[in-house]
Amino acid sequence: MEALISLAVKAIFVENLALSFFLGMCTFIAVSKKITTAIGLGISVIIVQSITVPANNLILTYLLKPGALGWAGFPDVDLTFLGLISYIGVIAALVQILEMILDKHFPPLYNALGIFLPLITVNCAILGGSLFMVERDYNFSEALTYGISSGFGWALAITAMAGIREKLKYSDIPEGLQGLGITFITAGLMAMAFMCFSGVKL
Amino acid sequence: MSQTRKKLLVDPLVDNNPITLQVLGICSALAVTSSLKVSFVMSLAVIAVIAFSSLFISMLRNYIPNSIRIIVQMTIIASLVIVVDQLLKAYAYEISKTLSVFVGLIITNCIVMGRAEAFAMKNTPIDSFVDGIGNGLGYGLLLMCVGVVRELFGAGSLFGIVILNPVSDGGWYVPNGLLLLPPSAFFIIGFLIWGLRIWKKSQVEDPEFKIQTVEDY
Repeated sequence: MEALISLAVKAIFVENLALSFFLGMCTFIAVSKKITTAIGLGISVIIVQSITVPANNLILTYLLKPGALGWAGFPDVDLTFLGLISYIGVIAALVQILEMILDKHFPPLYNALGIFLPLITVNCAILGGSLFMVERDYNFSEALTYGISSGFGWALAITAMAGIREKLKYSDIPEGLQGLGITFITAGLMAMAFMCFSGVKL
Repeated sequence: MSQTRKKLLVDPLVDNNPITLQVLGICSALAVTSSLKVSFVMSLAVIAVIAFSSLFISMLRNYIPNSIRIIVQMTIIASLVIVVDQLLKAYAYEISKTLSVFVGLIITNCIVMGRAEAFAMKNTPIDSFVDGIGNGLGYGLLLMCVGVVRELFGAGSLFGIVILNPVSDGGWYVPNGLLLLPPSAFFIIGFLIWGLRIWKKSQVEDPEFKIQTVEDY
């Protein structure tokens, strides 16, 4: 249990997907103009991330790993090279299913999150989370914790960024730096601030 | 080479750069640039994937049903990325270890999807191929610029060859360690965009709010 909590804290603050691995930057920069939309996207990322990372973990353990197909009578098959295509397939399919479920059973939530869900399929943070899970060899409970907390970390970063940008638009910025330029520099300063957490150990 | 094809190739380098103007594919631009060698390999991988995915998608464009086109594009791109990933693992294992997840993340690199969706679905295969190479080069160019700054001033070397002799080896240059850390990439790209927009005035974004000065009244 202690190890899981430490993993969660690490995924949220120290190894924040957006600010120390630069994942999901395209959406991070593009959708962080208003706090409300940023929160909407953040919540969708948490939901999708906490479903896809454990799902991909199961796919890896029971279908792709060397020897994983032993239950089907193929003990020497190693399908790890199919990893990338299966993870992205799982993500695309799960996002689609989630969209349909929300549409049918939770219409208000669907109306709030609907426009962000398709965006999430091509969000590098989602695929990145799954790939880190594979690289670091997490087991199922670790994958579940990592999925939820890394999604939460990303949501935290984009909400903070939107808050800063809402204030930033009233400030006097040099012409060429307007818009994209100053956003990058702000993100850089935020990333430096998040580096302070790197000493935190539980 | 005809005039339009040349334009397709050169236009994305500065005038319509995918990173600085279209804000696509920034994730990997920031993460892999701490050394020049890695940025170079990454650029090559991305150029290959964009060029061939554009080519194949454009060849198939009349046969792909509109409603499932995203999935088809994803599958083509993912297969190409798997090929690149396996090649890197076979011939450049060290670099593929440093790039770790970022080779896989070429799949979700918005430039690849963006070009497939915006250009390859509407144009002939050869044009799409050239457009893919052009956009890949535009991405590579920016990656190399950031890579040069980060490696030269952060470690005093280029491609691993020592240029500014660091103090730790008895030289004179005190390396700026910040440049090897992640946040510096944000600053360098931010300032690069600033520089580019001073040069190309038309790319400047309009401010949402103007500060009113007393003289206006």
